[in-house]
Amino acid sequence: MAVEPLLLDDDFASLTGAGRTAPSLALLVRPRSAAEAAGALLGRGPRGAIARGRGLAGGDAGQNAGGTVLGLTALDRITGLDRAAGTVVCEAGTELGALARTLLPLGLWPCAGAGRWTAGGAVASGYGQGVEELELLGADGGSRRLRRGDPLFDATVGGLGLTGVVLSVALALRPVETAFLRERTARFPDADALLAHWTGGAPPEPYARARIELTGRGRAVLTTAAPVPYAGLPRGHRARRAPLALPALPGLPLLPRAGGLRPLPGLVRARVPAPFPAYGSGGFVRYRCAVPEGREEALRGLLALLAGRRSPGRAARHARVERVGAGGAGPLAFPVRGWCLGFDAPAGTPGLGRFLDVLDERVAAAGGRVCLAEDGRLRPALLPVMYPRLDAFRELRASVDPRSVFRSDLSRRLGL
Amino acid sequence: MKDALGAPQSLLLLGGTSAIGLATARRLIARRTRTVWLAGRPSPELAAAAGSLRGLGAEVRVVPFDALDTDAHPERLGRVFAEGEVDLVLLAFGVPGDQARDESDPPAAVRVAQTNYTGAVSAALVCAGALQAQGHGSLVVLSSVAGERGRRADFIYGSSKAGLDVFAQGLGDALHGTGVHVMVVRPGAVRPAGAAGRPEAPLTTTPEAVAGAIELGLRRRSETVWVPGPLRLVASALRHVPRPLHRRLPVPRP
Repeated sequence: MAVEPLLLDDDFASLTGAGRTAPSLALLVRPRSAAEAAGALLGRGPRGAIARGRGLAGGDAGQNAGGTVLGLTALDRITGLDRAAGTVVCEAGTELGALARTLLPLGLWPCAGAGRWTAGGAVASGYGQGVEELELLGADGGSRRLRRGDPLFDATVGGLGLTGVVLSVALALRPVETAFLRERTARFPDADALLAHWTGGAPPEPYARARIELTGRGRAVLTTAAPVPYAGLPRGHRARRAPLALPALPGLPLLPRAGGLRPLPGLVRARVPAPFPAYGSGGFVRYRCAVPEGREEALRGLLALLAGRRSPGRAARHARVERVGAGGAGPLAFPVRGWCLGFDAPAGTPGLGRFLDVLDERVAAAGGRVCLAEDGRLRPALLPVMYPRLDAFRELRASVDPRSVFRSDLSRRLGL
Repeated sequence: MKDALGAPQSLLLLGGTSAIGLATARRLIARRTRTVWLAGRPSPELAAAAGSLRGLGAEVRVVPFDALDTDAHPERLGRVFAEGEVDLVLLAFGVPGDQARDESDPPAAVRVAQTNYTGAVSAALVCAGALQAQGHGSLVVLSSVAGERGRRADFIYGSSKAGLDVFAQGLGDALHGTGVHVMVVRPGAVRPAGAAGRPEAPLTTTPEAVAGAIELGLRRRSETVWVPGPLRLVASALRHVPRPLHRRLPVPRP
């Protein structure tokens, strides 16, 4: 064993997640076809392989130290559209925002949303709703089609890429009449007032997200939005002539937000580069947890802990709270019907590690869980408490991948 | 695997009876460390150290290791890396020697140099190669402020640490971008545990303080850590002090 100049070879790359913490070196292969992906998988080293999209997971889910990482962003073709059934088939590296921009002129919008992440990444991290069918490359190099309801399908959605490499995805679409949402914001003096409003019979809306200040006065802003039908556009609005046109300039909405109209998410943001996060050189830690419905007092407790006088959580400046309508089906699926709380804290914050461990304990005690796709620091002992069906996942994984070909830094760290 | 905050899950401590090494191990076990390999010459102290770490809840394995037996390093340390992932290698062995006696006993002086320098070079290269194959991990090398500039009082020990320090800096640059992180720790004079009652000399430190600085350095992925922090400025100033004056300066004693 000697120190070898590995970096002379361009194929080796030091990879991190979006949080830019805990880098590790891997052989980064960029297959351009399913056959090349299978070839790279069969040619892997002893430390296994994992698929990676655009590297937007907050933690180490898309890293494989000393092993192979399949960067799938070159697999970005849209291969089929069934307008009658309302589905589109695309390769795993297709960016959901690019897919949405392509489909918008046809009056269609992916139910999985239009983020900057890839379709395969959305499946593996469990964020994507409306996944109908997927093609999975197994450990033996053979691919198989899986439909919703198959146990392997359920384990793959939210399965962190540990069941195989997603090669292509069939996504459900919904019709849209215009490229706009009508946005409403409501302001509350504190988080308690927000939760009282939210639980007090406010009508559910498809997009609802709250932002709570952790410093200062602790105010909360709730933003809700609903798609605008053509008839709902204001009289004389420019969009009446071209309701499905893409916004003209990157970074600028079509029109000033008069009347509370704003473009569908993903149309504008996806065209501009990601904003440089102001977390300093040490990167950041993304914390995202779910708390089940009916345990609002636990959510209040978490928020109070975050905004406490000497809390390291205050370094995050604000927290996001969303309402989650339905739980996930798979054994490692993150969504729980209830609440989702998230924030990004600079990794250099003193005392952050111990503080997040305390949050983990509270979340687990409330029957909630931490999102593994964003996680970079969970204590492995808490995993079976948060994910009670972990053993089912391990059994399934042992049956489809007995030699643990699919491995990531996350699976090593948590002993998945 | 190290987590996003730099806390390792497994630790290989080279120099299993080192006070700084054990203080660091205790501190890391309180965070995420579950597996510890204690490498050192078999002795009752090593067994006692293993027992005390087991009492904290870690799984401890003892590895027979002699810094002077460099031929056995690849096999001994290779076996550790074959047993599992090693997130952190802490190179903490070293002997202070007895300056006054060693000056008149060249073989003893050579033993100090071999333990602190050549033994450490061999072990660090073996570990660096294994960490590189693993694609991640940290190598923390305990240097000393004594290696910063030659001093009348401890130049045999100081020269061995000076060599190790430069070696570790270069190794860190060689491994830059490979996912492996090399950190040089330069503590001032370390007070032994029994000296708690005595008045503190300026710029001396304790094993616990060094352990805290190592934990912080891992989180920040620092390349050089001085303990205590202000020692960095003092050492920088001392580097420029004219030699006749430097010769007359007192050496802080723990």
